[in-house]
Amino acid sequence: MQKSIITVVGKDRVGIIARVCTYLAENNVNILDISQTIVDGFFNMMMITDTNNASLEFLSLSEGLEELGRSMGCIIKLQREDIFNQMQRI
Amino acid sequence: MININEVIETNAMIEKENLDVRTITLGISLIDCISDNLEKLCDNIYGKITTVAKDLVKTGNQIEREYALPIVNKRISVTPISIIGASACRSCGDFVQIAETLDRAAKKVGVNFLGGYSALPAKGMTKAEELLIKSIPGALSRTDNVCASVNLGSTKTGINMDAVLLMGKIIKETAELTADRDSIGCAKLVVFCNAPDDNPFMAGAFHGVSETDNVINVGVSGPGVIRSALETVRGQDFGTLCEKIKKTAFKITRLGQLVAQEASRRMNIPFGIVDLSLAPTPAVGDSIAEILEVMGLEKAGAPGTTAAIALLNDQVKKGGIMASSYVGGLSGAFIPVSEDHAMIEAAECGALTIEKLEAMTCVCSVGLDMIAIPGDTKATTISGIIADEMAIGMVNQKTTAVRVIPVIGKSVGESAEFGGLLGTAPVMKVNSYSCDDFVNRGGRIPAPVHSFKN
Repeated sequence: MQKSIITVVGKDRVGIIARVCTYLAENNVNILDISQTIVDGFFNMMMITDTNNASLEFLSLSEGLEELGRSMGCIIKLQREDIFNQMQRI
Repeated sequence: MININEVIETNAMIEKENLDVRTITLGISLIDCISDNLEKLCDNIYGKITTVAKDLVKTGNQIEREYALPIVNKRISVTPISIIGASACRSCGDFVQIAETLDRAAKKVGVNFLGGYSALPAKGMTKAEELLIKSIPGALSRTDNVCASVNLGSTKTGINMDAVLLMGKIIKETAELTADRDSIGCAKLVVFCNAPDDNPFMAGAFHGVSETDNVINVGVSGPGVIRSALETVRGQDFGTLCEKIKKTAFKITRLGQLVAQEASRRMNIPFGIVDLSLAPTPAVGDSIAEILEVMGLEKAGAPGTTAAIALLNDQVKKGGIMASSYVGGLSGAFIPVSEDHAMIEAAECGALTIEKLEAMTCVCSVGLDMIAIPGDTKATTISGIIADEMAIGMVNQKTTAVRVIPVIGKSVGESAEFGGLLGTAPVMKVNSYSCDDFVNRGGRIPAPVHSFKN
């Protein structure tokens, strides 16, 4: 399974996780893990997801998430997990 | 499993510290294009490049999007054209026609530079090599994306001083033909000693004859990431400093390896090498000179600079070598003046001179790079500068290069504007004493004694 990482960075507010999760559910993306933290006063959330069976192509999904982020005033990124494994693991 | 802090660290490097992959360079062999008919040769070359490289930019953009990692340049290198054109070209004009073909092909596939308008007269110069070299000014003034390079010497062969003398004139002539654009032609022309066959960086990239048909080489970057990492060890000892550079270089290089493998897999073209070079850009925070400053030097060029750059270069390699399965190209820290805002400042305030830059090139890749000199500098003086740099490469068994720009109509105190990644270059003072009688001797400098290892 190729995993993908979704990061959400912005000012904390009600409903961010709910809306991201709803969007993912609508597009058949399974969430494997969620964690969050506050860095420099900003809300940081990371989701590990399985996008293999998503109803959209990877790049369309990525654009959809970016658009969703803009509508909530935060930055959402979708990245393949390899970039983090490569850099952070030997 | 990856944790949130690791994700935040990686993304901060990309978003705040200008981490990127500087180039995916697709090497293409043109040997099978050779013909003794110029029209046919040009058709073959155009056909081959536009076929092999048709998905290069698209694939690069896709990888960029999927990893959210900028891949700044997608480029092409080809077999040295002095070899490819040898049987078809009878004049400089014939070679220029090939350059124009390369330019059209580069534009068609959407790459910003194509390297390999090159000759390799390290020991002797063939008639075709001489014609190609003499065609360089015309070729660079009539094309936008073609880069030229000439290998003038090596540790094994010594230095071809006839070619060194000729290149002084060619650089000057190239400057004159592009005088209306601050002599930008010279920014696309580099001379080497010990030129590598697999360098992905311009202007010196070419696809060497030791290479396979097509190959993907990747150049990483990341001076900003190293600089930020070193902020956290200010005032600590050299052991700590070196350890920090090494670990950071490892992380940067892993991304180069990832991108190289992905590009190779998706295009079904073999992966060649990752070039470990730290390549700056004119952006603030993406500078080699800033790294030197964080190490404790007031300005690049201050006493201690050569030691600092030696240390940096060595640790980048030590960290990078383990991160990639194949390392090659130039692999070191680049010190192009015009492409590094803190180098520019150091040159403008007098902290950094050409002589100090020359000393720095003894311990790091690659050479006197993107240095603007007065437009009235004599061709023989440029040859003298080249000879010095070639000697450093030959004796130290390393690659060295010269990419100087005699900016026609400008003198010390003024600056040349090249735009984009090529940046802005303050015109630097050149030693004005003559070397005419030395460079005019003709012939070649023999290989040094330590090259005889058999």
